[in-house]
Amino acid sequence: MKPPAFSYFAPETVEEATARLAEYGDDAKLIAGGQSLVPMMNFRLVSPAALIDIRKIAPPDAIEESGGHVRIGALTRHRALETSPLIAHRIPVLAAAMGHVAHLAIRNRGTIGGSLCHADPAAELPAIAVLLDARIHAARRGGVRTVDAGAFFEGALWTALEDDEIVTHIDFPLLPPGAGWGFHEFARRHGDFGLAGAAVTVSGSAGRASEVRIALLGVGETPVRAHAAEDLLTGSGFEPDEIAAAAAAVRDGLDPTDDLHASADYRRHLAGVLAERALADAWGRAANGAS
Amino acid sequence: MERIGITLTVNGAAYERSVEPRRLLSDFLRDDLRLTGTHVGCEHGVCGACTVLLDGDSVRSCLTFAVQCDGASVRTVEGLGEIGALDPLQESFRKHHALQCGFCTPGMLMTAMDLLAKYPLSTDDEIREGLSGNLCRCTGYVNIVNAIREAAGARGTDKA
Repeated sequence: MKPPAFSYFAPETVEEATARLAEYGDDAKLIAGGQSLVPMMNFRLVSPAALIDIRKIAPPDAIEESGGHVRIGALTRHRALETSPLIAHRIPVLAAAMGHVAHLAIRNRGTIGGSLCHADPAAELPAIAVLLDARIHAARRGGVRTVDAGAFFEGALWTALEDDEIVTHIDFPLLPPGAGWGFHEFARRHGDFGLAGAAVTVSGSAGRASEVRIALLGVGETPVRAHAAEDLLTGSGFEPDEIAAAAAAVRDGLDPTDDLHASADYRRHLAGVLAERALADAWGRAANGAS
Repeated sequence: MERIGITLTVNGAAYERSVEPRRLLSDFLRDDLRLTGTHVGCEHGVCGACTVLLDGDSVRSCLTFAVQCDGASVRTVEGLGEIGALDPLQESFRKHHALQCGFCTPGMLMTAMDLLAKYPLSTDDEIREGLSGNLCRCTGYVNIVNAIREAAGARGTDKA
């Protein structure tokens, strides 16, 4: 189908864009890459009165290290994340996740800001943001604020952003030196949203895990951390039975819903399997992992 | 009806047009510029038939508004080659019989152009992964993969 008519604005600054948002409120939608929004408009699931194209308000791809984090501009495209040497070096779990995002033509257009704000519970970037405690910076008329990723995702396609706020950039903490990571996702068809996925980071020393993080996608209204499983593994030697027990804790902590693509039981099972694989990979990659 | 003036380059030629904001790039190319080589299948980004190059990157023209392309450079299948002077990729598709009905072919070609520019394509798995966003209901993909493999090999020889 074709999208319904709308007014179009292409502001050149964040200030102009937030002023437009303040004017239209929830009748306006921001468009960056449009890879989630335009299909919804073509289906007429979304009919904004105004579309505010933010492509001119900042450089398209902005990835830089500063302090203990990598700062990523909201208009940075998936393809830039996928190919950034800095991301591959400093946040390899993010680089690995990008390969699972749709197809090249979508990754050429889609942006990190768009993916986070769209907040699909099966999307990779929100899960990595939650995994690493990324901080999301948003601007509105007369102010800026920072929201922790853990508080940003409030429900399926629902975030803590107000109608007049724009995400400007995201800070991802660097993985600690020597940290291992793992990412596994299962989708019915290559490039589809995963039925479930698991992302893991782990730091170890002297054969014991000192910090374990596990985030899951596609198994709830938002990406979730598996705190119970993390606690089980912290201080452990990541023995196979310990990993298996953690995977069981991952399963037990989830309450996915049935849908057309998979039953709740299948999703829960899948999340456990993927978490187990991601944990094993992460431990294998951790510099201080082997005892 | 609200209209917006845009200026863009398509296959090397400059165009200035006034369009409705909701005009999709795919419809702009086909209906306003009469460049009907770009095909429209699903209109929600799944089939890949409408793939074109936007500033060198493959994109779904059905998921892009023409107004977003103000100032941009677009390349469509009409910009690849012409009868008697096909692009080497098109020649390879012809040689390997990489099309039957032809509906997906413009999208396959434009996607493959981007894949050839960005990836080594040293294995069939890599080619197949690259094509995973383009649906073909005739060929079973085997001949398309064969065509792209040969084009990738020829490209390697050129650059070596």
